[in-house]
Amino acid sequence: MTSAARVATAHFRTPALVAALAAAGLMASAHAADIKLGVAEALSGPAGQYGQSIKNGFELAVDEINAAGGVKGNKIALQIEDDAGKKEQAIDVFKKLIFQDKVLMVFGPTLSNSAQAADPIAQAAKIVVFGTSNTADGITSIGDYVFRNSVTEADVLPETLRVSSKVAGVKKVAVLYGNDDVFTKSGYDAFKKALDTLKIPVTTTETFAKGDVDFKAQLTKIKASNPDAIVLSALIAEGAPIMVQARQLGINLPFIGGNGMNSVKIFDLAKDKSDNLWVGSPWALSNQTKENQHFVVAYTQKYKAAPDQFSAQAFDAMNIVAKALAKVKLSGNLEADRKAVRDALPTVTHTGATGAFQFRQASTKDGKPAGYDAQQAAIVSVTKAGKYQIEK
Amino acid sequence: MLGQQLVNALSLGCVYALFALGFTLIFGVLGVINLSHGAVFMVGAYAALQVVTKLGWPLWASLIAAFVISAALGLAIDVLVLRPLRKRQAPHLIPMIATIGIAIFFNSASQGVFGAENLRFPSELVPDEQIHFLGVQISVLEVAIIALSFALMAALLIVMRKTQLGRALRAIAESPKAAALLGINVEGLFYLTSATAAALGGVSGVLIALYSNAVFPLMGQPMLHKGIAVIILGGMGDIRGALIGGLFLGFAEVMAVAYIGSTMRDAVAFGLLFIVLLLRPQGMFGKVLERKA
Repeated sequence: MTSAARVATAHFRTPALVAALAAAGLMASAHAADIKLGVAEALSGPAGQYGQSIKNGFELAVDEINAAGGVKGNKIALQIEDDAGKKEQAIDVFKKLIFQDKVLMVFGPTLSNSAQAADPIAQAAKIVVFGTSNTADGITSIGDYVFRNSVTEADVLPETLRVSSKVAGVKKVAVLYGNDDVFTKSGYDAFKKALDTLKIPVTTTETFAKGDVDFKAQLTKIKASNPDAIVLSALIAEGAPIMVQARQLGINLPFIGGNGMNSVKIFDLAKDKSDNLWVGSPWALSNQTKENQHFVVAYTQKYKAAPDQFSAQAFDAMNIVAKALAKVKLSGNLEADRKAVRDALPTVTHTGATGAFQFRQASTKDGKPAGYDAQQAAIVSVTKAGKYQIEK
Repeated sequence: MLGQQLVNALSLGCVYALFALGFTLIFGVLGVINLSHGAVFMVGAYAALQVVTKLGWPLWASLIAAFVISAALGLAIDVLVLRPLRKRQAPHLIPMIATIGIAIFFNSASQGVFGAENLRFPSELVPDEQIHFLGVQISVLEVAIIALSFALMAALLIVMRKTQLGRALRAIAESPKAAALLGINVEGLFYLTSATAAALGGVSGVLIALYSNAVFPLMGQPMLHKGIAVIILGGMGDIRGALIGGLFLGFAEVMAVAYIGSTMRDAVAFGLLFIVLLLRPQGMFGKVLERKA
């Protein structure tokens, strides 16, 4: 046979081959299809360190779920996209995952700022969006397809303030926050409310902006107002230099931080100046429950680094979704399946790395039932010599 | 509190001035608003961090490494991007847009290579000593930044005013064509200027990374925005203007925080800038419709 003839034969066979492969593929999918879940997190940009932790948490959970046989024999497959921590990109990525990749549901985005912009797209398309790190107020008011397992600042901060002010003997505080970011601003609002409730007077309230490198003007003013502690609503990128510069100015007061300050990165970035930072969270590295120890060991083995709150919440979120999926009979009709996931999720209860968890329905601004927030207890910790120590 | 705030303002102003010196130098000689200066600043910081952590070099040597690497980068930017545009006599907005592209390229590349997270210099290497006098605290690093800003400004001024090189550069700033007719090696001096400005940018990147305790891919962007304000305020292309403009912005910001409120910081600082420009549209040291070195 000449080579030309050989090519011709191969050419003739192709359609039959394609049909056979397609049939095999269809049959395989009828038996054990991958369940395709979308992930939209900030893997690059200023919030990249949070997004990476979250991605690690998801992948660890999926590895474990798939190794144990998947959900009713179906493997979970993640379609991971980078929202770069930007609203515009989060919107683009959500559209791609929902309309082009046709995922069953979407995890993300990392920042509350992005969630405010992108979650309405999922709501309109009637597909579950599940945030694992959005703690700003009002995210779940967007609609009944919006879920999160991150405990809101409004729930955590009063507890952080109550414990830290009792233990550290705080009578009056100064407040410092980033006023150009939904997350740090909403943290400030929650702090302010909690300070009012606890009747703790504020000596001065100062602000900074993303990308600032010098905080000494604000800190000098705070020092002069003579508080017992500094309440800080910041992301770690600004929070770490704030702590360092405060210590350099001789301000050795306790810092009471929001969610953004709850990361082991503080020890890398602020080194010996990281002591006496109080944070509240449902998760703490040193929490000795069975579920958390399993998570910490598995994470450390896989990534050769300590997990943080963001990876713990992502890990739990994936397991919560797996439990919901186990309750759903997937029909292959995407629209119906997406709704079935939405209906199954609120019934899930779970005990994971972050402790006992259940959903609590939120309401819209005019009081109608909306999405779901996390119902969880907070643990308050304080940093000492490069470690978080649990105070409650 | 006032004493401490004055010191804070001085060091913040010098941080801005240090960045603005290289920025204004390029504009003064080449007439290009080089928006990649923030990226060069970032590359300098990463270069120093790499030689310190990977090669174990001491801090002073890492400053030299940052100087050399960012000078090479500045030269490469000039040869590969600015020179071809000069040759084709592109209108002056084109090189500015091209430098935005360069900045995006380097910001993304460093994010790909080093990751998005904040890195820092090993804490044992960072000078952490505090100086106390009259109830005021200042770190050794801040003193170094302040001294270096003034010294660099003085050195650049002397070169510009008193040397043959400076005369040639000023001639180019006036008219590159006329300078070439007079036998000045215009292209060579463009290269020299680009490399020097980038080297200044890289070194200021290291110092400011040490000062703010963080190295990250987008660290140059906020500095670039302030830097533009500083050189407009000081007078585009004027070396004294970079220092005075930087100090003005630093003082305006710190005093706004101290006596008006930090939420009003940028409003006050940029409001003052606006008023200065209403009174002197050419900036503090600028001449109308003319760039000078």
